[in-house]
Amino acid sequence: MIQTENLTKRFGDILAVDRLTLSVEAGEVFGFLGPNGAGKTTTIRLLTALISPTSGHATVAGCEVGLEDGKIRRQVGILTESPGLYDRLSAERNLAFFARLYEVEDVDGQVERYLRMLGLWDRRHEEAGIFSRGMRQKLAIARALLHEPQVLFLDEPTSSLDPEAARLVREFIVGLKREGRTIFICTHNLDEADRLCDRIAVVNTRLLALDTPSALRRQLYERTVVFHLREAEPRFIRRLQTLSFVRSVREMDNKLVVALDDPEKHNPVIIRSLVEAGADIQFVGELRRTLEDVYLRLVGSEDGKSNQR
Amino acid sequence: MNKTWIIVRKDWAEVFKNRFVLFTVAFLPLILTALPLIILYATRSTSDLEGFSSADMPAGFAALCNEMSGGECVQYFIVSQFMLLFMLIPMAIPVTIASYSIVGEKTTRTLEPVLATPVTTFELLAGKALAAAIPAVVVTWLGFAVFAVGTRVLSLSPNVTARLLDPLWLMAIFIVGPLLAVAAVSVTVMVSSRANDPRVAEQLSMLVIMPLLAAFFGQITGLFFINQTLILWMAVGLVVVDSGLLALATHIFQRETILTRWK
Ligand SMILES: Nc1ncnc2c1ncn2[C@@H]1O[C@H](COP(=O)(O)OP(=O)(O)OP(=O)(O)O)[C@@H](O)[C@H]1O
Ligand SMILES: [Mg+2]
Repeated sequence: MIQTENLTKRFGDILAVDRLTLSVEAGEVFGFLGPNGAGKTTTIRLLTALISPTSGHATVAGCEVGLEDGKIRRQVGILTESPGLYDRLSAERNLAFFARLYEVEDVDGQVERYLRMLGLWDRRHEEAGIFSRGMRQKLAIARALLHEPQVLFLDEPTSSLDPEAARLVREFIVGLKREGRTIFICTHNLDEADRLCDRIAVVNTRLLALDTPSALRRQLYERTVVFHLREAEPRFIRRLQTLSFVRSVREMDNKLVVALDDPEKHNPVIIRSLVEAGADIQFVGELRRTLEDVYLRLVGSEDGKSNQR
Repeated sequence: MNKTWIIVRKDWAEVFKNRFVLFTVAFLPLILTALPLIILYATRSTSDLEGFSSADMPAGFAALCNEMSGGECVQYFIVSQFMLLFMLIPMAIPVTIASYSIVGEKTTRTLEPVLATPVTTFELLAGKALAAAIPAVVVTWLGFAVFAVGTRVLSLSPNVTARLLDPLWLMAIFIVGPLLAVAAVSVTVMVSSRANDPRVAEQLSMLVIMPLLAAFFGQITGLFFINQTLILWMAVGLVVVDSGLLALATHIFQRETILTRWK
């Protein structure tokens, strides 16, 4: 649905997007993560034909960016970084204006459908200027959908929403995925990306990693098991270090943190030898890496590299 | 429905909710139409003007009076000053509307979602321009209609009426007026690209009325008088100036420029 090849955007001296190559399948929810200034918004603007690339190519919904921009605009929906509503116009009027620009056939019908879907129908006559942030965000999401786009770009859809509203929006996105739409999400909420996205790209001007959330975890971290002991003694550690499959052992507050490749197979061996050594095991658990760990590691090592340069 | 027209209607719905805009659009034409009529009314009793003769007028103007009596000439002289001021209407209204509608899109950050729709930049620019120019022209013509009717009722003699409503002024109102509106819109588009506050954009763009004010002062001090030839030249000059201004405005009104450089 979306393909980019060496997509590059420069603003004067600033390189905002550097040779980005990726592809997003139809029906996929694709997460786009990266620190502030990583070029996420710029990438969305490139893919929605709002700005033109300095070099490289991209196709969206089968249309070439830069050549078939009009066609692209008809087929994609965009939730911009800031909602961008006419404060003096009513919610309904805001949507109707955009529906007409998108050449929607049944303007009133579509406006009503999405106002209802996002719970704004009762307040349709109120000016958008008096809406709360969450309501404005919902109105902007409604606007992005009026023309039933197959590809949807969401730039930080849940930032500035309270947990309940954020959850509502997330559920809404899941619903959109079920309808078969392709969704490209920029977000700083890693937990959200982990739960929503089929695949994730981590970028910092250039692409750092791209895979499913669980594959990213596996790639970056060996598996880690934590043994909670009544009292950790140095000899337990020495004992574990003699085991060939143990990659490393650390002690933390009477917990032994053990890195190994295949816990299912080796945990019983470790438990047995710890018990033999006289350890009282209280709990055993796997240390599950969050996407945040993955992200910070990717972006952090990138910073280290750029500092050396 | 045509997209330009969709934008025009949206702009009107939005901008006329603003009291400052409404005030300019309503108040200025009201004053500039009422004042000359009030003067016509005040000078209706000819006895006050009997003593005047064409000789008391600035020389250039007296020549325009030819067969009129002294009183008629004075009335014509005073009221025709207002005709130039009347041309402020087609300039001030578009400046105000366009400042609020263009800088307004910036402050609400609506340019990006609008540009993401299949609208072309030309349709957007045309929408903005027409939303500003149409009310200006309509109000100018309306004001002039009121003035024309008032003149028939209130002027000293058919002589004065004929002179006040002669082709000179009709041309001014119906041709120069719209041309001035186009100039005002183009200048405002350019100024608005740099301004972040509609009031600032409005005030800066209002500088576009300076040549008109200069003409006004030139005329009351007797430097020159607007005659048919002069108006014609003004129209021709404006066509040239307008084409240049429009080209410039279109040039800076490019999708990527609007989005990334209009801050
Ligand atoms: N119009 C512009 N002119 C000049 N530089 C720009 C422009 N837009 C973006 N940039 C630069 O490009 C880089 C990427 O910006 P972008 O807004 O795409 O980042 P982002 O990943 O969306 O960041 P954030 O998480 O803060 O939203 C930044 O260094 C920014 O300063
Ligand atoms: Mg951004």
